Amino acid sequence: MAPLLKVENLRIELTTRDGIAPVIDDLSLELNAGETLSFVGESGCGKSMTALAIMGLLPEKVGRIASGTIMFGGEDLSKASDARLREIRGNDISMIFQEPMTSLNPVYTIGEQISEVLRRHQNLGKTAAWSKAIELLDAVRIPNPNGRISDYPHQMSGGQRQRVMIAIALACQPKILIADEPTTALDVTVQAQIFDLLRDLGRETGTATILITHDMGAVAEMAERMIVMYAGRKAEDGPVDQIIEHPRHPYTKGLISCVPHLVATLTDERPELTEVRGIVPSLRDFGRDTCLFASRCNLADDKCRSKRPPEVHFKGQQNSACWHAEQL
Amino acid sequence: MATEKPLLKVDNLSVRFPVKRGGPFTGKSFLHAVDDISFEVKRGETLAIVGESGSGKTTAALAVARLVDAYQGKVDLAGHDFLELEGEDLRKARAKVQFIFQDPYASLNPRLRAEAIVQEPLDSLDAGPAVQRQERIDELFRAVGLRPEQQRLFPHQFSGGQRQRIGIARALATQPELIICDEPVSALDVAVQAQILNLLRKLQKDFGLTYLFISHDLGVVQHMCDSIAVMYMGKIVEQADRKSLFNNPQHPYTQALLSAVPSVDRKRREATKRILIPGDPPDPINPPKGCRFANRCPVAESRCTESQPALMATDEHHKVACHLLHR
Repeated sequence: MAPLLKVENLRIELTTRDGIAPVIDDLSLELNAGETLSFVGESGCGKSMTALAIMGLLPEKVGRIASGTIMFGGEDLSKASDARLREIRGNDISMIFQEPMTSLNPVYTIGEQISEVLRRHQNLGKTAAWSKAIELLDAVRIPNPNGRISDYPHQMSGGQRQRVMIAIALACQPKILIADEPTTALDVTVQAQIFDLLRDLGRETGTATILITHDMGAVAEMAERMIVMYAGRKAEDGPVDQIIEHPRHPYTKGLISCVPHLVATLTDERPELTEVRGIVPSLRDFGRDTCLFASRCNLADDKCRSKRPPEVHFKGQQNSACWHAEQL
Repeated sequence: MATEKPLLKVDNLSVRFPVKRGGPFTGKSFLHAVDDISFEVKRGETLAIVGESGSGKTTAALAVARLVDAYQGKVDLAGHDFLELEGEDLRKARAKVQFIFQDPYASLNPRLRAEAIVQEPLDSLDAGPAVQRQERIDELFRAVGLRPEQQRLFPHQFSGGQRQRIGIARALATQPELIICDEPVSALDVAVQAQILNLLRKLQKDFGLTYLFISHDLGVVQHMCDSIAVMYMGKIVEQADRKSLFNNPQHPYTQALLSAVPSVDRKRREATKRILIPGDPPDPINPPKGCRFANRCPVAESRCTESQPALMATDEHHKVACHLLHR
């Protein structure tokens, strides 16, 4: 079966004061119908940029797709017109953002905001859209949807607002849902509810999900495959369980072991956390023909500092861009 | 060391804020952000207060540091009632309690150089003779892992992790005994969090510091703390040492909280059944008269909505406020 979305050799350039920087450098990925794929990495590694490029929402005049293709249903989104992208957005591909507080319009009721999508994309009438909106609120498990539909965003809690965002995103039953750190601003118990909701709705509608996060725990819980991104490049990708079991890239290894995780049985032992020293390189250094992780890596040698590592393939469709991947 | 007195002993601390609600003739109402909580921290140890947003954990910490006024209660710091101090005594005592804030972007003055930020508490709290201050600053920068030439830089020239290091150096400046860490790593990138957490633990060992650690991240808490207090709507619902709380959580809220944390450990994922707590916490201005968790609790009985459970010991190291555990 052909993949739902196929990105090949994508390169996105940002114009900065220091010149042109490739924020996404030669990225390829595939997303199949119904699966959950996760992008992992620190801030500034290009996770959100990739999502914005797929949505056709790159910052105007600053960012552009320099080369590569984004194939969706036989159509190259990187060359699609603005009008066509507007048709696709919210209908076939939709997105939920990190901040449920700021991504809803404060002066419209949530009913108006949900039905706007339905009226725009599905040509529903006012009353039909309104009653569909109530159904959607019910589907995202907001109690008393008939009453809450005329509430304004400020009358809802953070978790409820994120549910409204999900209702808007799923209103037209999109084929792809991009969730950009959907639970970072929320409490853990609410996060668990939102994850359950996304999983259930995904199962019911067959929507494929791209989950952007920095929390390995969330990845392990939610996704089947993951892509670890570092400085605009793919560091490693493959099935989630396999990568967590045996990461083949020192950055992935660092991301997993630098966070104290809850374990099945806690002992008195408290080993030092493994640090990934330093920080993500600045945009100026993106695009160099070296391994960009070398400055933070314990395994780095001259080869790493002089040539960009090629992708090494392992069994089980795990790939790693590291000169030392075999030894890890 | 059962005879040793705790460094910090908080008794029946309450904080309330007046709120406007209703018409002009309705009386003043109050929001009880922290409602009658007691805990103690031994010298050189770390107590974590965990809870979700709005549970009152930060307010409790602020009240301990006298950054908000307590409504009632006692905060005993090394034998003195910190809440009773006034004027010069208070200023001197403040040197013993310092704060590390959550947001390293907002908690440093953008117009001051890093060295001036670290020097400020030394000047205003008269800690040590003036001539030694530069030496002290050099020492502090070394201790938190910053280079001496970075003293001349402004906050915007640092990364988030480095800024938090400056915040830590500032907190250490007056040689405090108690440091209150309010979500010290939640604004930082995952890979940088480990650097700061390791630093905090190293400093604790080197200087014998006592931490009151506020966090909502249970993974971090598990790694950093010796004992934990779980707060829900201004009340402590469970209090225990680290191992006892994480291996044997007893309050239904703590159980739900722990089960909600996603984990990379497949064994843990398979072993934990997620306990769902639907709905939202009740209105804090008008809290229910029974257990505050009753409306979301999966095992609540009728008596839970009638009277408030007290925080009582279930064994030597474990206290829980739940009717179902005390027959």
